[in-house]
Amino acid sequence: MSERTILSVNKLTKAYRSGDRDLPVLQDITFRIAQGTSCAIVGASGSGKTTLLGLCAGLDQPTDGTVTLDQIGLNYLDEDERARVRSEHVGFIFQNFQLIPTLSALENVMVPLELRQARQARDHAADLLERVGLGDRLHHYPVQLSGGEQQRVAIARAFINRPRILFADEPTGNLDADTSDTIADLLFDLNRESGTTLVLVTHDMDLAHRTQRVIQLRGGRIIADFATDEQSA
Amino acid sequence: MSTDRIIHYRSANFWRRANPVWLVKMAWRDSRTHRGRLLLFVSSISIGIAALVAMNTLKNTMEHNIDAQANVLLGADIEVSSNQPFTEVVEELFSNLGGQRSRQVRFSSVVFFPAADRMRLVQVRTQDGDFPYYGKLTTDPPAAATAFTEGQGALVDHNLMLQFETEVGDSVKVGALTFRIAGRLLKIPGETAAAGNLEPRVYIPGAYLEETRLVQRGSRVSHRMYFKFAEGEDVTALIERVQPQFKEHHLNYETVASRKRNIGRPLRNLYRFLNLGSFVALLLGSVGVASAIHAYVRQKLNTIAVLRSLGATTGQTMGIYLLQASFMGLVGVAAGALMGTGVASFLPDVIGDLLPVEVEFTLATVSYAPLIQGLYVGLGMTVLFALLPLVSIRRVSPLIALRFSFEESALLKKEPLRWVLYLLIGGAITAFAMTQTRTWTRGLGFAVGVFLAFGLLTLVARGLIYSVRRFFPTSWSYVWRQGLANLYRPNNQTVMLLLALGLGTFLISTLYLTQYGLLDNIDEITSGNQPNMVLIDIQTDQQEELVTLIGQHEVQLIDQVPIVAMRLQSIKGRPVKEIIENPDSKVRRWTLRREYRTTYRDYLSDTETVVAGQWQGTAGDTVYISIDHSIADDLQVQIGDEMVFDVQGVPIATVIGSMRSVNWQRIRPNFLVLFPAGVLEEAPKFHVFVLRSASAVASAALQRAIMDPFPNVSAIDLQLILDTVNTLLDKVALVIRFMALFSVVTGLLVLLGVITSSRYQRIEESVLLRTLGAVRSQVVKIMTLEYFFLGFLAAFTGLGLAVAGTWALTYFVFNIPFVLPFLPLALVLVAVSGLTVVVGLLSSRGIHDSPPLEVLRSVG
Repeated sequence: MSERTILSVNKLTKAYRSGDRDLPVLQDITFRIAQGTSCAIVGASGSGKTTLLGLCAGLDQPTDGTVTLDQIGLNYLDEDERARVRSEHVGFIFQNFQLIPTLSALENVMVPLELRQARQARDHAADLLERVGLGDRLHHYPVQLSGGEQQRVAIARAFINRPRILFADEPTGNLDADTSDTIADLLFDLNRESGTTLVLVTHDMDLAHRTQRVIQLRGGRIIADFATDEQSA
Repeated sequence: MSTDRIIHYRSANFWRRANPVWLVKMAWRDSRTHRGRLLLFVSSISIGIAALVAMNTLKNTMEHNIDAQANVLLGADIEVSSNQPFTEVVEELFSNLGGQRSRQVRFSSVVFFPAADRMRLVQVRTQDGDFPYYGKLTTDPPAAATAFTEGQGALVDHNLMLQFETEVGDSVKVGALTFRIAGRLLKIPGETAAAGNLEPRVYIPGAYLEETRLVQRGSRVSHRMYFKFAEGEDVTALIERVQPQFKEHHLNYETVASRKRNIGRPLRNLYRFLNLGSFVALLLGSVGVASAIHAYVRQKLNTIAVLRSLGATTGQTMGIYLLQASFMGLVGVAAGALMGTGVASFLPDVIGDLLPVEVEFTLATVSYAPLIQGLYVGLGMTVLFALLPLVSIRRVSPLIALRFSFEESALLKKEPLRWVLYLLIGGAITAFAMTQTRTWTRGLGFAVGVFLAFGLLTLVARGLIYSVRRFFPTSWSYVWRQGLANLYRPNNQTVMLLLALGLGTFLISTLYLTQYGLLDNIDEITSGNQPNMVLIDIQTDQQEELVTLIGQHEVQLIDQVPIVAMRLQSIKGRPVKEIIENPDSKVRRWTLRREYRTTYRDYLSDTETVVAGQWQGTAGDTVYISIDHSIADDLQVQIGDEMVFDVQGVPIATVIGSMRSVNWQRIRPNFLVLFPAGVLEEAPKFHVFVLRSASAVASAALQRAIMDPFPNVSAIDLQLILDTVNTLLDKVALVIRFMALFSVVTGLLVLLGVITSSRYQRIEESVLLRTLGAVRSQVVKIMTLEYFFLGFLAAFTGLGLAVAGTWALTYFVFNIPFVLPFLPLALVLVAVSGLTVVVGLLSSRGIHDSPPLEVLRSVG
């Protein structure tokens, strides 16, 4: 494991208000993830894994505890400042792809670069789409693409700004088995090439075991945190 | 953790962070599949802008025309008028003024058209000299404008000739003389056509006035002299020089400048009224924009969340949609402004009768300022109202991208910036109303009125939705229950639609109900044994013969009322002249300058009630008079105050003994000042007879019988009053209906926008129902019923408020009984419900035609 910590979660708690009382979703979660590694967060439905992913990426604020991403304390930033952190350091892959329906594949991929006002966004995006096998689909809209193709576009969009950390929420959850394998291969290949840290949430233990480390949740608490064969190898 | 890195994130350049180029690109790209829909959303504001621009264009063009036709408005340089014949001294004064002179006499009289065998109360005008000096009487044939004075000819109002189916060459009997109609009177410079509808005008040559035997002592006659001076003559200086003499002889005067002012004042009020009416349509459209953008933002929540999770700031995501709304707003507003300029050219056809000058639209006369004003008012309103739902974007959590079930609707309501926007909108409405009404109190009053109307409609709409839910008819069939339940399902637009359609229904129905109430009241007050006919201008020596004549007809003589004309000489010992000249005096000048037409009797009529003091029917050493209580404030007098009247040269000292409340609505002579018996019996006077005729035929027969032996006597009957009130109300109603039309069209556009914005939801429901086995006709029926309920409830809400509003108007303003015609109200209910169903189904077409899968894929 690399020495440098990219993500540090310390005594994280998240509770939602339900009527008169607080409903805890995550309790006392602490872990660190080293830069350039991959990690899977697994658990049954309702175990709190998506909530944890959201907090790690700065999409939400914890009730208690801290999240430090690439040495930036997310607790101390407001929503717009956290958005800048995401823009500059974070990539996302969602279970239901979350492509913007009114933008073409190329435009969807360009968004993170354009937000950073980077030059030659179009060329970079086109290259990356070529790399994920969609060179002939640049100007197609999401509705004109299959599920697998949409997830490829989402992967290209996630890697376009060379994020230091990539969060993936059930990246193969909406795909058939064959397509899932292809997408997973693509995801891990790109991750390896770019040296990005990968944090993925999944039900799929096979997919989880392709990462170097697995954190298992149950009832909002970590019940296991272990290195996989991938790590040992 | 590094503090430096946190500071770094907080110190980035604002403009760079805003990334405006990307915002524009993103707004354009994101609008790709919705541009038509967005345009429809903002089009609801176009109608209001069109109305506003049209009114202001008309106003500017009118002002331009009034300036260009200033001299024509008066037809002369100076007009001098008096209710008394000009004395020798006055005639000499006129001679000394120099210039050219024309004499005119005006009075009301009944004239008879033998060809039609009908009579009508008209304003008779005699004409001498070359008046008008500027502009001309427009007649058909044109030569008749001057030719009628050369023989025993007359000019008759065009509308009156149409009404009586009379032609040029037919005759008209004016008093004792019969004139040949030389031409139709089409337009009189400086006068509105509407005035001609109320009291049609008949011109006869001045030389025949005496022979008509119409003008006798006590007759209400206006004598006028028109002057035209040589070019370069300083009219203002001339007026300043002779003003004291004019005052001394009770002469009124008008110059071109004062006529311009006098014409401008009511016109300005008309514009303001029309502008405020347009503004209501604009507001309604703006609320429609807010509602449609709200629905649009809801559909965009996922995109917003994705953008946020990719690093877009709250400002950037809000900016994308604000840019879309603003751009489409600009297109809609520009279309509205252009439409308004076009509408302005048609406006003279709608309100032309209320305008005193010809309105000509040419490129040179059309002003472009209203167009520009319309653009920025419209864009401002679009942005302000679009921001209401858009600020909620600030609260959209990027978590939605991960989990769409995240409860976003609660957050949307908590945005505190909405209150700032409400304040800004309130301020904008008040500011606009203030610019129109010129006073902040009226401006604020209008704004509060608008908020109350909108608030009340919203409240009633919410109450109805609650009631539907609370008392839901569970025994109804599935299709009916589903149609009704759609009114309160999540994301419904019921309140918005009830507001839009309800407001239109409310405006039009209130107008109709008020007009109905007024006419019904006139009918009511003249029914039973109430008088329905009045004979005026009867000389004392004509009384006996007239009573005999009346006895030969089916007409009952109810009252004979003597009338004595007088002027106020002093109040509480202070001469009237002194009070008029005292700038600090609070006495209203009209009460001092007017001629008082009073009567004397020893009893009170059934239209009078003493509200203060004590009525004394017979004069003793002191003459105790009774005055109408409403004039006491204007005169600044109380019980016991002394007033001296000049009764045609004889001063009569009186003391205010009582004050009366008078029901002026009865058809009988009523008086501001009432004398007791025993004072005025010997004063010069004329008489008014109050009658009740058994039928319109009997009334007409008596009027025909009176014409020859009593040419100076005029009859005013119920039919005439009804006709006059109806004509007046029709003119005003046309203008208000025209304004209400803008609100109704806006309401329908909002309806279209709302239905379109919920189209996706409807498609989903339709597909789901069809997947579950519902046949197409069932789905269509559910939708039809939903639109029917919406239309019905909107009409019901609007009608409910209209009934309440009309009641308030009749009770507080017109002081007449409130009546409710059920059939027309039922028709409104059916019409609005039907229209809603038609528009709703038309804009929903195509939803059920395609296979479910194809429909879902095409919605994107």
